[in-house]
Parts: sequence; structure tokens; C-alpha cells
Amino acid sequence: MHELGITRNIVAIVAEAAQGKRVHRVVLEVGKLGGVMPDAIAFCFDVVAQGTAVEGAKLDIVEVAGAACCRRCEAEFEILNLFTACACGSRDVAVTRGEELMIKTMDVEEAA
Amino acid sequence: MCATCGCSAGAMATMTSPGKEGTTLWKRVGDRSTHRLSPPSASLVRVVDLEARVLAKNAALAVKNRAWFAEREILALNFVSSPGAGKTTLLERTIRDLKAEFPLYVVEGDQATSRDAERIRAAGAPVVQLNTGTGCHLEADMIARTMRELVPSPGSLVLIENVGNLVCPALFDLGEHTKVVVLSVAEGDDKPLKYPHMFRAAEVLILNKLDLLPHVDFDIAHAIENARAINPELTILSLSARTGEGMEGWYDWLRRTSSLALKQPPSGIVSSQLTV
Repeated sequence: MHELGITRNIVAIVAEAAQGKRVHRVVLEVGKLGGVMPDAIAFCFDVVAQGTAVEGAKLDIVEVAGAACCRRCEAEFEILNLFTACACGSRDVAVTRGEELMIKTMDVEEAA
Repeated sequence: MCATCGCSAGAMATMTSPGKEGTTLWKRVGDRSTHRLSPPSASLVRVVDLEARVLAKNAALAVKNRAWFAEREILALNFVSSPGAGKTTLLERTIRDLKAEFPLYVVEGDQATSRDAERIRAAGAPVVQLNTGTGCHLEADMIARTMRELVPSPGSLVLIENVGNLVCPALFDLGEHTKVVVLSVAEGDDKPLKYPHMFRAAEVLILNKLDLLPHVDFDIAHAIENARAINPELTILSLSARTGEGMEGWYDWLRRTSSLALKQPPSGIVSSQLTV
């Protein structure tokens, strides 16, 4: 449900950065552990973009896999969820990747 | 290749360094017919690096709120749970028992009605009700506006009751010192596994409605094990806000944390919420 508000943020940030130029594409990075559903953002995007410089733009979402570092043995490993334990048995792990929610780039139209 | 302007439809043309960070790629758009029709105004598409964190605005406002609370030596707590876990009852009893000891202020978040605010006012604390309408969580700017209305005194406790929802409030830092997640034994003891983000974002877990334990299948040991699997650092307190059982442990935590909050920067500054 929070994806609607988040999508409004995305469109607002892009529209502001575009300074009135038409936006063709937005590349968004979404971590798989961040609690934000790419499908829900994609679902909201077209509707939220209507009437803004972002209207009609293509949204490309790049999903980022999760990774963690064990605080006990310092091993780094991929994780699929927030309760993956380290191979050493420790659950005291720090998530190092997978919580991104970042607008990477936008394609804007410029006069030739 | 387009006969008029020399482009290949949709292909990358050149790569330039705009003198700013990042790379700018230029690409022509439109099909050949477009270019033949209007070559001088053929549009170019520029790829602009944004690297913009979507929740940066909320995160920045939360940092401001945190500094605002710290300057006034106020301990601000963000109470989160599913609807019906007993947040308001917990606050009511806390206010009745501690209002002689601390100045207490409350922010009530709900989609609609001011029923909770009325209960809090009756318990004896100044309160502002925030109705989020369709919104499923509180955000940092709402708290900043509420503080201008409440004007909590230095050294006080500000208790923020978030919208009942175990999902979205985990993502939005309000500038609180600590997130306190309330789980009632009327819910499942597997809640921490099903809603891991919230139990990971919180520093304190209150297991509420202990008085119902004989009537439900909730296994306290399982619940604690599940919560620690998500968050090994979690402080866990069991109580019944209705009967008062276990409340002293909660009050001790509040006293300890409020005296620490006066001397130390809040531990929640580098929370996971700020990385998104």
C-alpha cells in the first residue's frame, strides 16, 4: 500500500529534475529486502505520472539481490530474506545490500 | 541509417562528459519517417544520472526531528503494531501511572476518527490526533507539524502511536529514538517471521495481553525465538496493559532510556530506514 506514496515520490523527484522536459524512461533500483514491491510500483506508475512531465515514460526496475555480512565470522553471503542465518550458525548478520530504493537515471528529451 | 539526419533509429550515438559526475549518453529517438519529416527538430534523449534516494526527503526530515528532540532532551518513541494489539491501552495505562513522574505528550495516528485521542486525553496527556485518510503510516513531516501544535516541554516523553499496520510504518523514519513494536498474544506467535521488516526495525518488542494467554494458542517462547531470529538485539518485555501485570518492567525501560537519551545521541540515527 505504501507503494502508491512511494511512486508519487518517484514521479515528483523525476518531474522536478526534468525541469519541464519530457521524460522517456526512468530506471529505478529496488532492493529485494527493502519491503517495496516492484510490481506495485509499476502498477501505480502510469497513473501517478499522468499530467506530469513523466507521463508516458517507461519504467525500468532493476532488482538488487540481498547480501549480508556475519558479525561473528565476518563472512559475506547472499540472502533471500531477513532471517537467513550465516553458514557458521550465527543470526547476528548485517544486511549490506538489498534495501536500495533509488532512482538511478532518467532519459529526457532535448531539442537537437 | 536515416537518409536525412544520419541517425540509426533508437541507437546510441555518442558518449560525452558533461563536466558533472556520471556519464551522459545521447541517443536519437523516433523512426526514420519522423526524422525525414522534421530533421532540424529531431529530438535527442539524454540519459541523466539522478542517484536520488526515493525516501530521502522523509529521511532528511526525520534527521531534523531527531535533532529537535535531542536539543530538548525529549525521548520520542514510535509505537507500531497491527490494529488491535493494544497500543492505545498501553499508552493510557502508562500515562496514568507515570504522568506525575514525566511530562507526557501523545501523537495518535489513525486513518480516521479521534477516538484514540479522546481516550488519551481522558487518561491525562496532551494529545494531537493525526488522521491519515487513505495513508497507511505516519511520515516525518507530519510529526514536525504536530510538534508545533503540541509543543512538548524539555525532558518530556513523546509517545507516537503509528497507524495500526505491521508493514508500511517500518519504512518511514519519524525521527524517533526507538521504534517499539507491540504484539499481542491474541495474534500468532509467528508474526515476527511474517512481518520481518517491522521486527527488524524495532528495538523493543512488547508482548501484550498476557492475561489472555490461558485462552489462546500463543507460545511465548516461540514468539521470542522468532523475534530473535529476525533481530537478535531486540529488547523483549511481556505485560498486560489491561491488568497491569509486567508494567513495571516497561516503566523501568522507559526511565532508563529517558535518562540515557538525555546524555547520548539516539541509537536509531543509523537505522536501516535511512539507507533507502
